Amino acid sequence: MWAFIHKLGSPKWFYGISAKLQPWFWAAAVLLLVTGSLWGLAFAPADYQQGNSFRIIYVHVPAAFLAQSIFISMAVSGLVFMVWKIKVADMAAAVMAPLGAAMTFVALFSGAVWGVPTWGTWWMWDARLTSMLILLFLYLGVIALRGAFTSRDSASRAASVLAMVGVINIPIIKYSVDWWYTLHQPASFTLTSRPTMPTEMWLPLVIMVLGFYSFFIALTLMRTRSEILRRESSKRWVQELVNGQVVNAQAEETR
Amino acid sequence: MDAPSVPLLEHQGGLMIAVKATLVRDLTLLLRRRGEVLNPLVFFALVITLFPIAISPDPELLATIAPGLLWVAALLAALLSLDSLFRSDYDDGSLEQLLLAPQPLAALSVAKVAVHWLLAGLPLALMAPLLGIMLALPAGSYAVLALSLALGTASLSLIGAIGAALTVGLARGGVLLSLLVLPLYIPVLIFGAGAVQAAILGDGVSAHLAILGALLAASLMLAPWAIAASLRISING
Repeated sequence: MWAFIHKLGSPKWFYGISAKLQPWFWAAAVLLLVTGSLWGLAFAPADYQQGNSFRIIYVHVPAAFLAQSIFISMAVSGLVFMVWKIKVADMAAAVMAPLGAAMTFVALFSGAVWGVPTWGTWWMWDARLTSMLILLFLYLGVIALRGAFTSRDSASRAASVLAMVGVINIPIIKYSVDWWYTLHQPASFTLTSRPTMPTEMWLPLVIMVLGFYSFFIALTLMRTRSEILRRESSKRWVQELVNGQVVNAQAEETR
Repeated sequence: MDAPSVPLLEHQGGLMIAVKATLVRDLTLLLRRRGEVLNPLVFFALVITLFPIAISPDPELLATIAPGLLWVAALLAALLSLDSLFRSDYDDGSLEQLLLAPQPLAALSVAKVAVHWLLAGLPLALMAPLLGIMLALPAGSYAVLALSLALGTASLSLIGAIGAALTVGLARGGVLLSLLVLPLYIPVLIFGAGAVQAAILGDGVSAHLAILGALLAASLMLAPWAIAASLRISING
């Protein structure tokens, strides 16, 4: 167990194992996303109330899931980094943050687009939209804090602390916003209780959610790998990997 | 990473002595720099003056938005004073002494935050009813306004101190600090402004105040550790 964690902490080992895992996640992501979007956008039946505009949930719901999951995995990576000083965990957290912010934005934007035919307006101070907006600000805060430090080690630890503080606050923010919304609920919004979905509508949704998660894992692996190369660029194994031939040739010459 | 293990004398002073010394020192320092204490109050009054000018001097309209305005303005005023919470101690090196002290840093930082609340949060809470009169805040909500602000600003000081500790080592930390801290302020704002609204509508306010108290208890329990960790990061960086 400890040997495994120790190995996982070595960027070199992670670089190797992620190279083997990466193609599988990319393949799964492409397969699931293509199947899910074709099925959801072209073949699933239209909603009897909302018509075709409901199909936006095939992007909106997976993005919203990811927006929250990525923040949690970012905070967990931060905790792992702070407790065990595993550098790979921080590299993963660093590359996750922009992706999480992007997913939050996608969820907000698709929600706004859905709002036009459904609510007749681009923006409503709906409880879920409001919490998502706050989540976006939390992401931007973590990214800005990481960028503000000149020392990489300080930046990593500060971003980890902020991600953990944020993740403790997310449920508190969510419940207080829900409570605030029920108190001020406007009357025009009538779709709070969506009718239960038939199977042919939610199956593509499940596929899309799985596809988004595979995409997230594949992209995180890929970006963590480049982050490893960037941060460990002074290490010998990276230099050998990048320009192994050149290094060897130079070594021959100097000998 | 860790402080070097200096051989310490057995009785260098208990925790309470150190906390009390920090309290007295910070109070003395802040009371000698009166401007720093007064500026947030003036800011609070100024921001409140801007709203009738920008929106409308109509007392009925102002009365409906007064609870939210007072709370938002007080929150921004409290935020304004946060940047100086650790700044001067960081500049003159006394923050490093605090880190090296044998007493836990979390406890000492609570003492610093307590002084901040005493000289920033509490005066704002006491001043708010006065500004409430100017905004035609309906009668019967003044005590609740002051009480909710007194409770709420204590949580705001604790949460904000995390952000202040994270950014104290940065030269241009001011705007970043508000970006980090404001999203975390939202629950306090919701229940604080909600308490005043409830008082105006004649609903029970005890639930709101109880939740504000719960938020304070939770932040009192968790924030000191985050403040201490953040200060260590800022000092070592």
